Amino acid sequence: MKGAVLPRPAADAGADAWHDYVYLRDNPRGAYEEYWHHTSGCRRWLVVSRDTATHEVYACQDAADAKAVRA
Amino acid sequence: MTSYRLAGGGLINRQMPQNFTFDGRVMTGFAGDTLASALLANGRQLVGRSFKYHRPRGVLTAGSAEPNALMTIGRGGRTEPNTRATMVELYEGLEAQSQNRWPTLEHDIGAVNGLLSPFLSAGFYYKTFMWPARFWEKLYEPVIRRAAGLGRASYEADPDTYEKCWAHCDLLVIGAGATGLMAALAAGRSGLRVILIDENADLGGYLLSETALIDGRPASAFVRSAVDELESLANVQVMARITAFGWYDGQVFGAVERVQKHVAVPDAMRPVERLWRIAAKKAILATGAEERPLVFGGNDVPGVMMAGAMRSYLNRYAVAPGKRVAVFTTNDSGYALANDLEVSGVNVAALIDSRRDAAIAYSGKARLVHGGFVSNVQGSKAVEGIEIWREGQRETLDIDSLAMSGGFSPVIHLACHRGGKPRWSDEHSAFLAPDGLSDLTLAGSAAGVFGLQAAMMSGAKAAEAALADLGVAHAGVAMPLVEGEIVPEPAKPLWSIPGIKAKAFVDYQNDVHLKDLGLAVQEGYGHVELAKRYTTNGMATDQGKLSNVNAIGLLAEARRISPAEVGTTTFRPFYTPVSFGALAGASHGKHFQPVRRSPLHGWAEKNGATFVETGLWYRSAWFPRAGETGWRASVDREVKTVRSAVGLCDVSMLGKIEICGPDAAEFLNRIYCNAFLKLPVGKARYGLMLREDGFIYDDGTNSRMTEDRYFMTTTTAYAAGVMNHLEFCAQALWPELDVRLASVTDQWAQMAVAGPKSRAVLEQLVDDDISNDAFPYLGAKDVSLLGGRLRGRLFRISFSGELAFELAVPADFGESIADAVMLAGKAHGICAYGVEALSVLRIEKGHVTHNEINGTVVPADLGFGKMVSTAKPDFIGRQMVGREGLVDAMRPQLVGVVPLDPTVSFRSGAHILKKDAAATLENDEGYVTSSCFSPHVGSTIGLALVKGGASRHGEEVQIWNGLRNEFAIGRLVSPVFVDPAHEKLHV
Ligand SMILES: [Zn+2]
Repeated sequence: MKGAVLPRPAADAGADAWHDYVYLRDNPRGAYEEYWHHTSGCRRWLVVSRDTATHEVYACQDAADAKAVRA
Repeated sequence: MTSYRLAGGGLINRQMPQNFTFDGRVMTGFAGDTLASALLANGRQLVGRSFKYHRPRGVLTAGSAEPNALMTIGRGGRTEPNTRATMVELYEGLEAQSQNRWPTLEHDIGAVNGLLSPFLSAGFYYKTFMWPARFWEKLYEPVIRRAAGLGRASYEADPDTYEKCWAHCDLLVIGAGATGLMAALAAGRSGLRVILIDENADLGGYLLSETALIDGRPASAFVRSAVDELESLANVQVMARITAFGWYDGQVFGAVERVQKHVAVPDAMRPVERLWRIAAKKAILATGAEERPLVFGGNDVPGVMMAGAMRSYLNRYAVAPGKRVAVFTTNDSGYALANDLEVSGVNVAALIDSRRDAAIAYSGKARLVHGGFVSNVQGSKAVEGIEIWREGQRETLDIDSLAMSGGFSPVIHLACHRGGKPRWSDEHSAFLAPDGLSDLTLAGSAAGVFGLQAAMMSGAKAAEAALADLGVAHAGVAMPLVEGEIVPEPAKPLWSIPGIKAKAFVDYQNDVHLKDLGLAVQEGYGHVELAKRYTTNGMATDQGKLSNVNAIGLLAEARRISPAEVGTTTFRPFYTPVSFGALAGASHGKHFQPVRRSPLHGWAEKNGATFVETGLWYRSAWFPRAGETGWRASVDREVKTVRSAVGLCDVSMLGKIEICGPDAAEFLNRIYCNAFLKLPVGKARYGLMLREDGFIYDDGTNSRMTEDRYFMTTTTAYAAGVMNHLEFCAQALWPELDVRLASVTDQWAQMAVAGPKSRAVLEQLVDDDISNDAFPYLGAKDVSLLGGRLRGRLFRISFSGELAFELAVPADFGESIADAVMLAGKAHGICAYGVEALSVLRIEKGHVTHNEINGTVVPADLGFGKMVSTAKPDFIGRQMVGREGLVDAMRPQLVGVVPLDPTVSFRSGAHILKKDAAATLENDEGYVTSSCFSPHVGSTIGLALVKGGASRHGEEVQIWNGLRNEFAIGRLVSPVFVDPAHEKLHV
């Protein structure tokens, strides 16, 4: 599943990689990964795993931690 | 004969008479009545006219599903249309009006719609849209709008207040009938934090209409002791007059409490309604079941009523429906009614049971017709008789009221609000709640469990399960003993009735009748979602509470499939209508949205500002002076003063963000497309921020105050967006960079002091040396003010193109410093100038704003191509800004535009056309993004984005505004109208 949370390509990764990163997303019914921003609170960006049909939230991780884990 | 009040009995308080009016006529009821029961007690059976055909309608139900008895309550700003009389508590002074009739309820001209009914059939709207438009606009729409409808809202403001609350609990029990009371008792005694809610004023649900005994006492006595006990428990909150209308994400329920809807003049210190959001770990839906109407001819004539409702009016409100009643039923519930009517002395003429083989024993006096149907009702404003169909034989019977019961549909709406689909159960002859609802349990008749005894058991069991899930020990609850009840076990559903001649209604409120559904199937709209929209069945304010299941059954029969295959339409909040007042809560008037006032707001007021709203901000637009004839005169004067002397403008609403940390320089270098790594301390720089797709996102200045501390400004509109963007970059993209961000927009008052005399003015306040040598163009530094009494930040930046400074001071000192600047500037002719003059000054200088940065421009389009760094390894937008289409020489590019005739003006948004081109959109070459009258140039000037504009300076063009039919001949010029060599900035 290709959610909203994608690793940013290297600057020289080429046009295709960048096109893919900037424009292309899956739009599934079911599990999905999104960036959420706690704007009225701690102002952290979060990676939220959510079911787009039921809105059930499976997991939530600070975006910085998520990047460290995935790197 | 009409309905009337019985001499004794009921749960009404005969010691407390309540006077009310209906269509201006004074009537009397008792405390404990609803408006509907009081109207019936006064012999008032005709209470409304139907939506489309204006048919006479009477009270059909005794609850929240009522489709007919819709009234307008109250007057003036308290007028509330479409109120269900069955849910309105009677109070002294209540004023009710019937709706959708003219001139009177009895003599309604709109009833001719009934004669036009062949043209108002299913799909009417779709079909008439196919007819010529002039027919629709001139004839049909006005006629329909006048004829079809509900009540009218008031034009006066609502004088009452509303509020919103949150509540939290372990267990929410929705519905305080037999099931809900037992669930709440079981959970409450075990110590759970319980909230028990019910939409009625009196808890107890149908127990208040029952004649069965509980533990040897009337059911109402059981209710009283149960409620007393619940109210005595500290961990239980009991709430009446509150309707749960929706089930939402995170196990949150929406509910509306009618705090003071049952009084003529509400206490001004309390809200009339409260909107609740209830977060419950577990919830039990004990919402009961809705009795289904039967679809026979004339089933809407006043005097035809649901059997359970008739029994409520009889037992609870002591209202008899008439003198000679018939009961038409498909199940055993009709027998309970027949028995109670007889006990109350009402003659039951016939008990017509559609089952040939009903097993229930009946010892009453009514004539029992097994295997019979009521096919048609005679009468229009009142029941005069019925036509009974049995084994192909018709027979007529004189009666004055008719009860009907087509079985029961569990009230499962809330259980379906989060996407689950109801499932048809042949065993229950009903739709049941979806499977797999984790924290919501249905109990009692809402779960298809029928009979009081079984419902109580089911409520207690559901509470036990919730206790077990929450790991709380169950305290145990003794099961009360119910005697003398008739349990309405599910019976085979009856959809189609033989022998129908008159209109047989499926959806009362929207006037959808049997033939409409047939037509929908015939014309290919038999799918449940299509049929709904084609016929409007279930689309009224009652959302099809009574009609949907019948419609599905009839569609299933017409298509020869099971109701399971037809399926249901989607249940959505709200379960019942919720007032806009409750949804708005306190958010109206000045509380609708906050107002942002600049720290210099008081200064601007003192100087006579005219304010303009920009987002939440109130910005000073211009500062009129005596003798000035209009805004243009003020703006022209302000502009000239800045160009010739000095002016002060409030720029506090620019976004201000402080960026600090050892990696702040590297961070900003990646944020902006131009170089920032080597910006010296004490210097400001103009920065362009791109989006990752290469287009410009925002612009502003950024000043390096110390080695690791930067002060960024953003445009006013994008202040919040830029902050979000920076945080995203810092947290999600580059968390390895050690950088901290703080929005300081509200911390600083900032003022632009612009004009050739600006230094002379500021030197009087600023202790530091701000001469051109000591503090040259683009300088930025902490300064001491007023002999060391205050520290501020001074920037030598200019939006106007003149020698200019921006001075930032802590917000609370803003007004007094602005006053001091004005005082110091007095001798130099200083004036306050607003955003209009600011805009003229920047257009004259060719500076862009979001008029130009419109999401479709890249830096090169604005002449900033050289700013895009080729040396930096990476920055936001680096890869995509170089895409083929974004470097095309014929892209729209920023130019200036002036009219050849200086007396001719033009507006922003006008198209630029080649000089000889025809005025068509095909010939469009670009458009004017900003325009103003320029005192400096002496004519209107504009900035425009024009194809290849940078290389077309000098070309004559047409400026065309097709909307206003305005033409001007203009010339493309450099966008910088003032001081193109930028010499004034460096003095
Ligand atoms: Zn947070």
